[in-house]
Amino acid sequence: MSGFNNQKTIMIVGAILVIIVAGGLYWNYSRPDEKEHLIVSTTTSLYETGVLDALKIRFESNYPEYNVSFISQGTGLAIETAKNGDADMILVHSPSQERGFMETGYGVNRKTFAYNFFIIVGPESDPAGIAGMDPLDALMTIAEKGVTGEAIWVSRGDNSGTHSKEKSLWAATGLDLESLKAEKIEDSNDPWYIEAGAGMTATLNLANEKNAYTLTDVATYLKNYANGNIELKKVVDSGQATLNVYSAIVCNPDENPRGMFEGSMLFLGFLVSDEVQTMLVDYGQAEFGSTLFKPWIPELDNPDSDIVQWVEDFAYIDGSECPQMYRHQAGDLYQ
Amino acid sequence: MGWQTIVAGLAEAFRLIISLDKTVLEITVRSLYTAILATLLASIVGLPLSIFITMKEFPGKRGLKFFFNSMVGIPTVTLGLFLYSLFSRSGPLGTLSLLYTVRGVSVGQAILILPIMVTFIVSAIESKDQELRDLVRTLGASEYETSIAVVREAYSGVSLALVSSFNRAFAELGIATMLGANISGITRVLTTAIALETSKGELGLSFALSFILLFVVLALNYFINWLQGGSS
Repeated sequence: MSGFNNQKTIMIVGAILVIIVAGGLYWNYSRPDEKEHLIVSTTTSLYETGVLDALKIRFESNYPEYNVSFISQGTGLAIETAKNGDADMILVHSPSQERGFMETGYGVNRKTFAYNFFIIVGPESDPAGIAGMDPLDALMTIAEKGVTGEAIWVSRGDNSGTHSKEKSLWAATGLDLESLKAEKIEDSNDPWYIEAGAGMTATLNLANEKNAYTLTDVATYLKNYANGNIELKKVVDSGQATLNVYSAIVCNPDENPRGMFEGSMLFLGFLVSDEVQTMLVDYGQAEFGSTLFKPWIPELDNPDSDIVQWVEDFAYIDGSECPQMYRHQAGDLYQ
Repeated sequence: MGWQTIVAGLAEAFRLIISLDKTVLEITVRSLYTAILATLLASIVGLPLSIFITMKEFPGKRGLKFFFNSMVGIPTVTLGLFLYSLFSRSGPLGTLSLLYTVRGVSVGQAILILPIMVTFIVSAIESKDQELRDLVRTLGASEYETSIAVVREAYSGVSLALVSSFNRAFAELGIATMLGANISGITRVLTTAIALETSKGELGLSFALSFILLFVVLALNYFINWLQGGSS
């Protein structure tokens, strides 16, 4: 056998390759492509629950001239992508990073559109006995029980929005995170504070294997629990300290060369429209037995409620979701 | 978990293939298209370059071969990161609009597999007897005719190089993630879909897509093997 010494064979293979590539090119370019491509850079917790796919379908049927693409990344990278001019707007959940994005002049017209709460999950037996506690008390108890070998904590350790929330919670307890990381379980060389350096699902799986506690967003937890991937139970529920607020920010057209400001503003208006806010009310109820994101706009009808106070304390910038100086051709968006 | 998930994944893979699931079909075709285009792009540069390296003596030849040898093992994320910063709108090649497109992913994969292709072809040609080359030359063949004769003689090695390069492009994740960003319906390919479903905790679907990827690789390699065997 001397391999391809038959010219015919070579030509057959060549012809097949050419047909596939030509077919691919045809398939790629024959589709009507007069649509405008809106690129939204977003966080994994929004993307992986499927809520964005539902939004995409509705938006594209309302505005058929647009095609929406989501790029799912951690909050830090999502902002970086927008700064590089590779996305038109961002949907994220990290108010301090959002503020930086606007202060550097890259982002304008911020709108808060949804919120929910982070929760602490752990083994059903609850070895640290923290069920029902306030989040900060729960963390302090875990730190005490960690050293005696009764509790293990798993951290995302990946600079995501959830990770920065976890770090701010430890900071609020007054404990020094660096020294906690160095602590060993009594009579052993193993730490009780484990850094996963991974996404939420991978971190939940790790916590599940190790019978450990971890901080998670409700949506990812419910999804994995419903799938049977994990047996961890919710031990600490909502509280002011674990508030999680989702906002959208449009890229400043003066800094961003993509020229999709108009489309981005349409999508922003769509997020806070009655249509989307009503959809969020029971999104996820059927699949997970619980809603995933609470709509923010209806809460504004009761300006004195706890939740409005909490969101304003936590996610507003100088008392406004978007101070005047960060607004750009906002029209009636803030009325 | 465990075996059950894998078996369920296999069953789901068969179901998706038999029912010609539209999304899965689209992702699989896109994967094939991207990797084939990458292999073609890389061969346009790689074939002449390899022949040049083997047939000519020039200063820096050893250095060039060493460079390609070393680049065979470049991590896909490293190359992806490098190309991302070039292709980004604020980067030097931003005006080409390659970021987040299938073409961009293909270009990245072509750069990834070029060293594999060059290294394999060079060693395939060099393994053929030096005398053969001299013989063809003494028979009065031109430079062009000599290279055709040598490549034909080394054909099984060259086809192995092309198939390996294709397999590498088809199965890589880093560049498809960094340059394509796994956008649904636009740049989602098999490997990025597997990574996404795994991170979502949908292990059954992940396994199903993985098995489809394996089926395609096996089928293609079997086909190439059959062509080689059948032609002699």
